[in-house]
Amino acid sequence: MVVAFIQRAVVQGIPLLFGSTGEILTEKSGNLNLGTAGVMYVGGICGVIGGFFYEQNAAHMNSFLAVLIPLLCSIIGSAIMGYIYALLTVTLKANQNVTGLALTTFGVGFGNFFGGSLIKLSGLDVPSITLSKTSLCFKTSLPFADKLGVVGDILFSYSFLAYVAIIIAVVVSLYFNKTRSGLKLRAVGENPATADAAGVNVERYKYVSIILGSIIAGFGGLYYVMDYACGVWSNDGFGDRGWLAIALVIFAIWRPNISIFGSILFGGLFIIHNYIPGLGMGTQELFKMAPYAVTIIVLVIISMLQKREFQPPASLGLSYFREER
Amino acid sequence: MKNKEKVSEPLFHIVKRGNLPTTKSWLIRIVSIVAALIVCGIVTVLVTGENPFEVYGTMISGAVGTERKIWSTAQNTAILLCISLAVTPAFKMKFWNIGAEGQVLMGALASATCMIFLGDKIPNWALILVMVVASIIAGAIWGFIPAFFKANWNTNETLFTLMMNYIAIQIVSYFVFEWSVPAGSGHIGIINPTSNAGWFPTIFGQKYFCNVAIVIVLTVIMYIYLKYSKHGYELSVVGGSENTAKYIGINVKKVVIRTMILSGALCGIAGLLMVAGTDHTVTRDTAGGRGFTAIMVSWLAKFNPIYMILTALLIVFLQKGAGEISMIFGLNESFADILTGIIIFFIIGSEFFINYKLKFREKTKEVKD
Repeated sequence: MVVAFIQRAVVQGIPLLFGSTGEILTEKSGNLNLGTAGVMYVGGICGVIGGFFYEQNAAHMNSFLAVLIPLLCSIIGSAIMGYIYALLTVTLKANQNVTGLALTTFGVGFGNFFGGSLIKLSGLDVPSITLSKTSLCFKTSLPFADKLGVVGDILFSYSFLAYVAIIIAVVVSLYFNKTRSGLKLRAVGENPATADAAGVNVERYKYVSIILGSIIAGFGGLYYVMDYACGVWSNDGFGDRGWLAIALVIFAIWRPNISIFGSILFGGLFIIHNYIPGLGMGTQELFKMAPYAVTIIVLVIISMLQKREFQPPASLGLSYFREER
Repeated sequence: MKNKEKVSEPLFHIVKRGNLPTTKSWLIRIVSIVAALIVCGIVTVLVTGENPFEVYGTMISGAVGTERKIWSTAQNTAILLCISLAVTPAFKMKFWNIGAEGQVLMGALASATCMIFLGDKIPNWALILVMVVASIIAGAIWGFIPAFFKANWNTNETLFTLMMNYIAIQIVSYFVFEWSVPAGSGHIGIINPTSNAGWFPTIFGQKYFCNVAIVIVLTVIMYIYLKYSKHGYELSVVGGSENTAKYIGINVKKVVIRTMILSGALCGIAGLLMVAGTDHTVTRDTAGGRGFTAIMVSWLAKFNPIYMILTALLIVFLQKGAGEISMIFGLNESFADILTGIIIFFIIGSEFFINYKLKFREKTKEVKD
């Protein structure tokens, strides 16, 4: 029971981890991308589209290609979303909140539209989008996992994307704190004018971090469809996880390494109502509030503490225009 | 900015414009909308394979084809406009209230609660009065909480109000399950279907007349409030520069909290209109993403309540029209969101050409003017 709970919590948490790592990378450059929810939808549906056509057209499924094609499609889709956001907010200096919300509207609409109409548009005669074969390739777990008992179940039973999520989070965390380029990126997010004066190419840093952040967030959508949902796309199935990922950014106080544990905690809070016996349907709904309530508490505490290292990047949400100092 | 490798002067650089004449700035916006409609047309044709003019014709008939459709469009515009009006004073103050969704839901829940428990106990006029007060208070409380923390500890309001949405959604879900009819079904269903207690009356044979009339009055009041009242002046000073506001003796904390209470209260009224005037029930989807769409509506209209009528109408028109397209061509209804997204991207992008201009290296000449 406990093992199953932890496993489920991790599986729930991984999309949030991808989303929050991507969002942290974006926010560290001073851009609050509220479009993450939309980006994750697009990352998911593009992977589905790629997988769908490969599964329909390939006579013989090659498991390497079955993973590679959706992965590439997902990367392209999320990168385009990131590019749209970067173009509007960095080059055209548009309001970040409005752009982000528009991106979410667009992305969720894109996901649901192609999810609902892909079969009709492609003209293929299949009842529903079910990529069970592709999903199986994604779900390949380590061969020795089931031989290690409980330890194997808790640590090694997940599919490769789950480990990719953790590796990315660790790498991004090291990048922020141990590399020169990470220092420059943080400078851009804290005070772009100073970074600019020090010779940092502010626009390039913002573009790269937004687009990379979107790609990472898009993997969250891909993981959700291919692993959690077993390759079955259902409209709005992804739900509010994109917003939960943004909540996780605050919970992790802008640190991807904390976000690894935070994501599992959030995943657990997300499903805990299934594991507490004797809850009515209504009370279950109240329990689903937990991740958001915890986030608000963290947000209030960090603002009361006034500690510098706990604050959001200082220029978060503001456009940078060189001649306006 | 670009062409970093060239050491010489870059190809162009960006300079801020002075005030562009209103006619010119609106010309740029109209050009951007036309460009967006062309792109939307291309996308639609690629997806449906139909003649684009026919597709736009379908959209128009979907939005305003019959009298019933006109009223439905008007009522949707009214609700969206009401929420847009609500978020506007907060935005003018640079307080990013993206919690309208939650504030609307709390208002809706409060009025539904009154309808359920006071339905046949007090006269209808008294019930509606109680509902108005309850929904205003509920919305205002939901707006007050983040404002209180923002004013005292500078807590990030964008993230706080965002989280409050989901708290509100779960609270509504809880009560929907607790009060569901029949018990355990997870739906409250139409409240007071026979007595119609707490429903807005049908006027001139139109059940949406009340909603539309109330929102028109609110629009005018909000226009006057923002433009001519002392409060409106104070909040735009706070939005312009907090330090200036402090210097000239404005109590910033008070203005922030007061404005957010107003913003929340108006959202509460929108919730009331949804429950008493439209749906006669409450679900977790009552706000239906309008809280977010309203932010775009308000921003597109440059925070001017009168322009907001147009921008709200544009968004609702698109959604209704795209809904018709998806129904006729058997596509998913989310098509509307894609079109809305594209149009907003274009309008957002066009603002750049209103606020800035590009200066080229050789001779100064303006582009996109």
